[in-house]
Amino acid sequence: MRKILLSALVILIGLLFLSRLSYLQIFSFSKDQVLEDPAIKAIYDYPERGYIYDRNDDLLVGNDPAYDVMVIPREVKALDTLEFCNLLGIDQEKFKEKLRKSRIYSPRLPSVLVPQLSKQDYARLQEKMRKYTGFYIQKRSLRYYDTPSAANVLGYISEVNEGDLANNKYYVQGELKGRTGVERFYEKTLRGRKGVQYIQKDRFNRDIGPYKNGALDTLPEQGKQISITIDKQLQEYGERLMNGKRGGIVALEPATGEILSMISGPTYEPSLLVGRKRSKNYTKLYNDTIANPTWDRSIHAQQPPGSPFKTLNALIALEERVMTPSSTIKCSNGFYVGRKKRGCHCGGGIRDMNKGIYLSCNAYFAGTFRKIFEKFNTTDAAMDVWEKHMKSFGLGNYLGYDLPFGQKGRIPDKEYYDKWYGDNRWSSSYIISNAIGQGEILATPVQLANMTAAIANKGFYFTPHILKKIDGEAITDPKYTAPKVTTISKEHFAPVIQGMADVYTKGTARWLQIPGIKIAGKTGTAENFTKINGVRTQLTDHSVFVAFAPVENPKIAIAVYIENGYYGSRYAGHIASLMIEKYIKKEITRTDLEKRMLDKTLENEYAKPFSGVPFKINEYVW
Amino acid sequence: MSGRSVLKRVDWLSVFIYVCLVFIGWISIYSSTFTEDHNSILDFSTLHGKQLFFIGFSFVAIIGVLSLEVNFYERFASIFYLISMLSLLGLFVFGKTIAGATSWYDFGFFNLQPSELAKVTTALALAKYLSAIQTDIKRRKDQLYALLIILVPAILIIPQPDPGSALVFFALIFVIFREGLPLFYLVIGFALILIFVTTLMFGTLWVGIGLAAFIALLYWFKKKRFKLSPIPVTLIALGIMLFSLSVNFVFDSIFEQRHRDRIGLWLRLEKDVSKVEQMRKSIGYNTYQSEKAIESGGFFGKGFLEGTRTKGNFVPEQHTDYIFSTIGEEWGFLGTATVVILFSVLFLRLIFLAERQKNSFSRMYGYGVISILLVHYFINIGMVIGMLPTVGIPLPFFSYGGSGLLFFTILLFIFLKMDTNRLKENA
Repeated sequence: MRKILLSALVILIGLLFLSRLSYLQIFSFSKDQVLEDPAIKAIYDYPERGYIYDRNDDLLVGNDPAYDVMVIPREVKALDTLEFCNLLGIDQEKFKEKLRKSRIYSPRLPSVLVPQLSKQDYARLQEKMRKYTGFYIQKRSLRYYDTPSAANVLGYISEVNEGDLANNKYYVQGELKGRTGVERFYEKTLRGRKGVQYIQKDRFNRDIGPYKNGALDTLPEQGKQISITIDKQLQEYGERLMNGKRGGIVALEPATGEILSMISGPTYEPSLLVGRKRSKNYTKLYNDTIANPTWDRSIHAQQPPGSPFKTLNALIALEERVMTPSSTIKCSNGFYVGRKKRGCHCGGGIRDMNKGIYLSCNAYFAGTFRKIFEKFNTTDAAMDVWEKHMKSFGLGNYLGYDLPFGQKGRIPDKEYYDKWYGDNRWSSSYIISNAIGQGEILATPVQLANMTAAIANKGFYFTPHILKKIDGEAITDPKYTAPKVTTISKEHFAPVIQGMADVYTKGTARWLQIPGIKIAGKTGTAENFTKINGVRTQLTDHSVFVAFAPVENPKIAIAVYIENGYYGSRYAGHIASLMIEKYIKKEITRTDLEKRMLDKTLENEYAKPFSGVPFKINEYVW
Repeated sequence: MSGRSVLKRVDWLSVFIYVCLVFIGWISIYSSTFTEDHNSILDFSTLHGKQLFFIGFSFVAIIGVLSLEVNFYERFASIFYLISMLSLLGLFVFGKTIAGATSWYDFGFFNLQPSELAKVTTALALAKYLSAIQTDIKRRKDQLYALLIILVPAILIIPQPDPGSALVFFALIFVIFREGLPLFYLVIGFALILIFVTTLMFGTLWVGIGLAAFIALLYWFKKKRFKLSPIPVTLIALGIMLFSLSVNFVFDSIFEQRHRDRIGLWLRLEKDVSKVEQMRKSIGYNTYQSEKAIESGGFFGKGFLEGTRTKGNFVPEQHTDYIFSTIGEEWGFLGTATVVILFSVLFLRLIFLAERQKNSFSRMYGYGVISILLVHYFINIGMVIGMLPTVGIPLPFFSYGGSGLLFFTILLFIFLKMDTNRLKENA
């Protein structure tokens, strides 16, 4: 027993060591340790973020140098604090406090003393910097906006947060990342790829040479310049017209699906979210939950589309051969659903398709909708066909543009109504409001513009997109360059387009004609409701307008949606007309019209639900 | 005996492992002291260059040790012991202080550490005393003398101060135990350590409850076969409780703060996370850094000269006491396991050699060698991998240091020389 005790001890100790070592080196070991290793420091070399240009290669977003005053507390020598503080433009108390905090953070590592000096301050400081050991100036790059508009399209960049760091290994603390819009969607293209140099440190955090002789180091990859499809002039003009109004404008080039302008009102200047005042401004914008300037209405606001939707019902009726352009329906200042009468503003009389469209006759389209449903044995079958046609125009689903998803809108299907009324307990009469773009249908401005582009193209559209060129190379992604075909045959578009053209010549928008340009359009006036203290209350109708021009060779398709603007020909019609003229003619001939739109605001209308007193809606005078 | 027959009879397995350990050790010292500007192997201004010189010197010493007659060591054991004790005493007058410990004689190019010499001479002296014909280890008086041989150098070394080295001498108790010291002493020793540790971790109350439970179990199961008279059991239990009560007093009043800290860190007595974090940066820094370095090596290690924490000198004293962490970082689990296995095989081989000695002096000396090497190995690696509290003693054959390497080599090869002689003794 005495003889084997020592041997047993040797084996026991050996096993003890091996188990502890395997715990340390096998079970506790993780591969990410290079990043945590205090002996290795990564020094990053950031490439300049790519510039953003408009469709005509006009600069929208560039970079501005900014200068941070840095301090390494350990290296600070005695200095003339008063003089230095005057140069920096801060008071001595604050200076001492900052210095103290930096020392707590780390005496050996640099920290920011004064962030983002102006160019003037930098110029004054630069020559005298040598006098102050321990301080130096670090150059950074900030976004610079050469336009007061398009904040919703361009988006902004901000520092990465915990979530970003957890999701994407590329970023490290303190780096910037695109948050919304183009900055977000084309983040990788714009930012390029940072270069990295690994430095071996000793325990005093001093550099002692490159790690693995630089074998893992990489060079930075430049960020790319991109051109977006936005027309800077048109975008800026549209935002001026939106003064004091809420809603969205989306203009597309029908032949390509390029987004010419994408406006959300109210908006903000993109430069507000850059620099020293960034977080203050952001909080202010974000907390305005009533006007909601950070909410992009052009892609997020889903509303009943109103009368522009009638054109699609006309197309479906033609495609399903339940009507011809010359089929007529009588309007008796309205139409009956069962025994209940629904009104119409068209004046009454016999309506064919042409008149039905340019007078926007509700009775004509209610009849058309019924005929579509009468063709099929069951309501379910009819609903499926109707839904299929509608969705082929890009409605009721995400369009797939290269911007934040937005909302998908809604084209109700049979399941939707089965849930609502019960299986087979509904018919076309129950859902007749869909004939005139009310009811359960919802669409966003960009969807309305896309629908209009599909009509302008006579049966196909290109997915709306924002990217035009990367480093001068036009995009070739088939997602955006291949046409999407609708389920409506080409020959059926002519009568509908004629009706839309007549809206301008003899219909609801006849005073909005642009001399020399043949336009096709459709007004819309959408009822809408809100809840005030829990009571469903009707508000002034939304003003809707869709149009494209010129009719023969469409260059622009536009949808304008002005909340609570009443008749479609009022705000939306005016704005659409001015936008088209601006884009095609580059100048405005009807300055009285322009002045009215620039001056008139709807603030009174928007204040009504919050006033706490009863109010009138749909007031005739404006 | 001719030189040829020594080479024939020497235990080549032990020699082979010795050479391996020295080689791996030197590679690690080279790596941990490596800088980009000094990388010539033979540059004697560098630590690895100096160590290479010591290795050469040790090889010369091996030839010397193997050429001398075996009787020489036995005959002069007492004189060696006296000389080494005098050299330890001399430190109080002529000693050179390095890093706060007066443990060296300065010979200009070389600092000699007599406590390393004392390990060899004490092992020899103890073997000689125990193997003497008139010594009977069952006798109290002889037990006391044997203990005294161990205690004298330990007492002389403690005030240097170098408590770590002093601790090593107690390992020689194994030799006395092997030769017949009653089991009783060992049991008491372990019991005291166990009570000390458990009292610190759980408090006297829980030790009492545990003890009561243990006694109850003892009565429950062993009632019929053993006769446990209540009086001695009560006395022993009372003694244990008294010791347990005194532990806190000893710990708080007699121990110094740094000892309290080291033990506290080892037993994880501190539960407050922020304070533990604080300890890692102060008293626990060495251990924490060495654990991290070993952990970061993973299974395969980072490769020779690729240890980032080693290069950055994150582990203090890495070329001396913490040399094992270099192996852990650069050679991974493969490296550390290899070293542990090499040591284990060496110890088992030496135990085998010791047991086959016909001469009791050789056998006892062999046990002395094993005990000394084993305790160094156990305490050093245990500390470096965070299993034991910090005690500053080197890893034999590995750690940087001329005296250490030289005397560990001499310690080992005197025994290997004795082993070559065992047949002749028999004849």
